Amino acid sequence: MQTLKIVVTGPFASGKTEFIQSVSEIDVVSTERKISSRAERIKDATTVAMDFGRITIDEELILYLFGTPGQRRFDFMWEILSEGMLGFVVMVDSTRPETFREAQRILDTFRAYSPVPYIVAANKQDIPDAWPADDLRIVLKIEPDVKVVPCVARDRESVKQVLLELLYSILEVMDQTEE
Amino acid sequence: MALKGNLKDFGITQLLNLINLARKTGTLYLEGAQSKAYLCFREGALVYAAADGQELALLPLLQKAGKLTAEQARVIATNMGSKPDRDVALMLIQSGHVQQQELVQLVRQHITDTAYSVFSWNAGTFRFEPNELPIQGKLVSSIALENVIMEGSRRLKEWERLQEEIPSLDVALKFAEKPNTPLRDVNLTVEEWRVISFVNPRNAIRQIAQYNNMSEFQIRKIVYGLLQAGLVEIIRPPRQMAEATVGEPRSVRPEEKERPEAMMGARRPDVKRSLIHKLIDRIREL
Repeated sequence: MQTLKIVVTGPFASGKTEFIQSVSEIDVVSTERKISSRAERIKDATTVAMDFGRITIDEELILYLFGTPGQRRFDFMWEILSEGMLGFVVMVDSTRPETFREAQRILDTFRAYSPVPYIVAANKQDIPDAWPADDLRIVLKIEPDVKVVPCVARDRESVKQVLLELLYSILEVMDQTEE
Repeated sequence: MALKGNLKDFGITQLLNLINLARKTGTLYLEGAQSKAYLCFREGALVYAAADGQELALLPLLQKAGKLTAEQARVIATNMGSKPDRDVALMLIQSGHVQQQELVQLVRQHITDTAYSVFSWNAGTFRFEPNELPIQGKLVSSIALENVIMEGSRRLKEWERLQEEIPSLDVALKFAEKPNTPLRDVNLTVEEWRVISFVNPRNAIRQIAQYNNMSEFQIRKIVYGLLQAGLVEIIRPPRQMAEATVGEPRSVRPEEKERPEAMMGARRPDVKRSLIHKLIDRIREL
């Protein structure tokens, strides 16, 4: 049995959980809890949120989708989750420009963790105020060879398209490496 | 005169009870099958403990607790030269780098954790040297033995049960096909998530523990919890799994053996094009 991992990251409330939920064959496991480590016990209680979903490819291959906690204070988990990932998706709430800077920071952080292919999902494109994917590319300073794909995380077809585009990017990178 | 004996005949709990009741001062030297430890007592209270040559050292302790960065620890070590930990601790408290209460708590935790670790030793020898206290310049604390004995005994029982459930750490884990628990109701701790994120047939439990800096007790406890919740299942050892795996398992180069992350097959997974095509076909079908 082999397992592969794709990480779904992005700012808080950008739609990561919905994205995973749309295609996962299991209920998305997520957690909200009071922090209880020794160092944190003396501080105020807080919440962790993280998700994972699964897609069985065949009897010998499973794809896991890991959603990262969006809150900055849990960024220590990001590197752990990024270990061994095939690629990652950066979710951006296209209707909340106030989160764009944070999205860019997360993108830069993940890029530094691992040189794997990634894709930007411009989420909530079904909402009238959503910024177009092309504008997001400019705002987030995304390089031309990285795809920025319009997305509606609630819509399975849309999520499938994002995942497929990421996988195509992975194939392209493999081609370049082989050349 | 030193008290000497065999741990098979006279166990750790009995020894500590004796030291506590007789309010002894001295050092208990233990030699197990593969490890050595010594515990120091003053008038029946535990004041210091070290195992496997790992003395309680201030700067690594503060670094591990996140009170100092590696760079800060390096600078302090350079500036303080060979000054004893007690003097360095005083300087750090006075300069506000660390609170006295926090430091005391960390030292107590380290000493008790070391003491708890020897509770599971049921073979080896012991020697108690009365009035011998090799603790000059070291960080010490006075810890009532009653609580240590009670907690140690409780952990020992838990340890025995965990060992029965998970006899080997050289097996790997996989996510359960049909979890027992409704997944929506599952609440996981940060530590459990750390383990979950490495659940993969290629990663032995021991490797997951190494990567997350967890003791055998900690990893066993977490894995036991995940097994009980039906979230994961134990599978064959990674080496055997690798032989049966679809893709080529990533081999560990000699120079990488010191780095646990290398053993996790981390960073850039070796994946064949055919696997990506399989993913594409499956996602199209969804």
